[in-house]
Amino acid sequence: MHPLNRRGFLGLTAGLSIAALAGCGTAEPVTSASTPRTGGRLRAAFAGGGAKEVLDPHLANLFVEAARSKALYDKLADLGPDVSAQPRLAEKWEPDATLTRWRITLRQATFHDGKPVRADDVLASYARILDPARAFRAKSSLALIDLPNSRAVDERTVEFALKRPFVEFPNVLAAFGAYIVPAGTEDFTAPVGSGPFRFVSFEPGKSVLLKRHDGYWEGAPHLDELEFVIANEESARANALLGGQVEYAHDLTPTTARGHAAGDRMAIHRAPNSAVQAFAMKLDRPPFDNRDLREAMFLLADRPQLVESVLAGSGQVGNDLFGKGYQHYADDIPQRTRDLDKAKFLIRRAGAEGLTVKLDTSTAAAGMVEAATVFADQVKGSGLTVEVVTGNKDSYWADTLKNGSMSSFRSGAMPIETHIAQRLLTGSGTNVTKWARPEFDALYDKAVSTVDDKQRGEVYRELQRSLHAEGGYLMWGFADWIVGAAPNVGGISTAPANTLDWARFDQVWLG
Amino acid sequence: MSLRRYAARRLAIGLVQVLAVVTVVFLLVQALPGDAAVALAGDNPDPQRIEQIRAAMGLDRPPLERFGEWVGGLARGDFGVSLISGRPVAEFLHDGLGPTLVLAVLALVLLIPLSVLLGVLAALREGGPLDRVVTTVTVGLHSIPEFALAVVLIALFGVQLRWLPPTAVGADLLGQPAVLVLPLVVLVARPLCSISRLVRAGMIDALASDHVRHARRLGIGVTRIRFAHALPTALAPAVQQVARTTDWLLGGVIVVEAVFVIPGLGTVLVDAVAGRDLPVVQGLAVVFAVTTVVVNLVADLLVFRLAPRSVAIA
Repeated sequence: MHPLNRRGFLGLTAGLSIAALAGCGTAEPVTSASTPRTGGRLRAAFAGGGAKEVLDPHLANLFVEAARSKALYDKLADLGPDVSAQPRLAEKWEPDATLTRWRITLRQATFHDGKPVRADDVLASYARILDPARAFRAKSSLALIDLPNSRAVDERTVEFALKRPFVEFPNVLAAFGAYIVPAGTEDFTAPVGSGPFRFVSFEPGKSVLLKRHDGYWEGAPHLDELEFVIANEESARANALLGGQVEYAHDLTPTTARGHAAGDRMAIHRAPNSAVQAFAMKLDRPPFDNRDLREAMFLLADRPQLVESVLAGSGQVGNDLFGKGYQHYADDIPQRTRDLDKAKFLIRRAGAEGLTVKLDTSTAAAGMVEAATVFADQVKGSGLTVEVVTGNKDSYWADTLKNGSMSSFRSGAMPIETHIAQRLLTGSGTNVTKWARPEFDALYDKAVSTVDDKQRGEVYRELQRSLHAEGGYLMWGFADWIVGAAPNVGGISTAPANTLDWARFDQVWLG
Repeated sequence: MSLRRYAARRLAIGLVQVLAVVTVVFLLVQALPGDAAVALAGDNPDPQRIEQIRAAMGLDRPPLERFGEWVGGLARGDFGVSLISGRPVAEFLHDGLGPTLVLAVLALVLLIPLSVLLGVLAALREGGPLDRVVTTVTVGLHSIPEFALAVVLIALFGVQLRWLPPTAVGADLLGQPAVLVLPLVVLVARPLCSISRLVRAGMIDALASDHVRHARRLGIGVTRIRFAHALPTALAPAVQQVARTTDWLLGGVIVVEAVFVIPGLGTVLVDAVAGRDLPVVQGLAVVFAVTTVVVNLVADLLVFRLAPRSVAIA
């Protein structure tokens, strides 16, 4: 018994050390990332969700699922670098004069099984998303479509009927998760799409392997193979990249980026204006039903300090408006800066001296607790006290929608129109600030039925002016989205997260 | 009472314990704020969408009804399906069990001989330089938490020197055993101390005990006395500690799994709790409870074999 054990043990350690030796010493020469090159397998590390992970693109929710969906499937439209809708599978779109009927011409594209993408596939995909018995994420965006009255004109032409005039219909076509799947698909164990990569294998919670789709309508990708691997810890993604186990590490912290920016083992790619960081004040209840008090809060925020401390400098200051750098952003409104004296005056005028306000926050999103703590500190000396309350992270978003008067807020990129529709209309589903004004709703309706781009832009500016002056969102900053890659990886875009070019691997190559 | 009847009774009690654990886990998850629909809906969710998801998952039915249905399924060996992905829970358990078993078995294969060897050597040279070195090193290792040791080892051997892969991301554990070296070192480091200390103490006691002294008087050889007479008695207390360690390893050591990216049972559990995926959480509770009951039973039976007098089987 004893010698056998010892021998077994020695044999095992010997085996392990041989394997260890074999595992290293294979450092490849670092080549240039500047010229596109065909071939190779790129391994990309993302955080995953274990049980939540699925390959059904309509169920996609996590970043890794969004990135995989994009590799395997196409939408009719997607969001460009300025977060405006760009044609994808739709070659063009033409509304009629009433803006309630839209004719979409499809590109000549094929699914991975060689079958063409037809108008029927588009209608069937949307019908699946709109199924009343199910709860797909794109459902609320697509709810505007009057599906029974929409039809396939021919193989490559769809005519959509809308329930009301809507000039921003391309935003709907670009909605998160509105992917086109072959008609009748319910089984996604071996997904077939029209995207730049085709499916090879899937191990939930561990990895997905894809390979190049040579017949992709936009041209075949540079990479031979693309492997998504799951590493939930940020440090593990960074370590895997440093150790040469992956070539792409998604979603790194500013601290990691700062630590490795100067080194030669990791290239840092920043996508500015990817996520807005804010505090949401509720307008339908005290104390923030008082406009003076809201303005005082706007004036108390030291935005450069928040960006420097909470985002470790990886971001820009915000001006209490969503969508910096996006299409229709009101960049002509002067930037707010800290003004303690005026804030004190406003607090006194509001009769709020000595008041303590609870600021609800949680670790549901990176930086929220830190931002709340820093802000509470900045408010000191103004006559008002902000008390930070850290709540449960798993139910945070549902809780803050209903409860409290001030809460941490964070949002990824979406068109400014979508932000308004989802959060700032009287009937919006996620109206955290409880901003409900009939004249604002009317102005929004005017914007989405104004065909002329310039005129429409003017209406959006007007909407933003009223939000800037009286709204409930204190949007103090925009965080960069940070991705790490091996130095030989080229073609990584810096478009905001959630847009088409973010985590888009058909344009990426291994130099 | 015979050993067999004792084992049967322990198993029966174990069954009741498993059911109790599952019930408590169900109640605790119910008490957590938020449910699977809230967890799935993500950032800034529309309450209407949460309601739709809730209805689609059947979460609008009374909790007691869902629990009853699940227990009924369990009796037929059916663990149910995940609320979120719709995949069978058995698949999750199967997927997570593989990496956890690989780590646990290899860790024990390294740990047991090594700690017995160190414990015995230290006991035979009690108070000598070797004893002091072994004590210092093992106590030192014991005082470092797993995550700290893991981070230091990764930074040094994985990232700086590049001798070993820093994580097991995307790797096939048995196909690329190099990825297992650092996690195993971390897993073995702390139990090595507790077990070797117990073996050392047990060995010192055993060598001073009456029956060993008697054997010595009978003129039996030193080696035989040490390994045939003293060692079995010395191992008895350590067996309980090995059982505790085995239970800990089979539960999926989440810190090690997270830092080294090894998707074992611990990772499955954390994901399932975060997603409020009740059937998966309950399935894991069953597995962990059964493991605990079985491991402890085996340990008790083993101790009985090693040192019959040290266990009172009532």
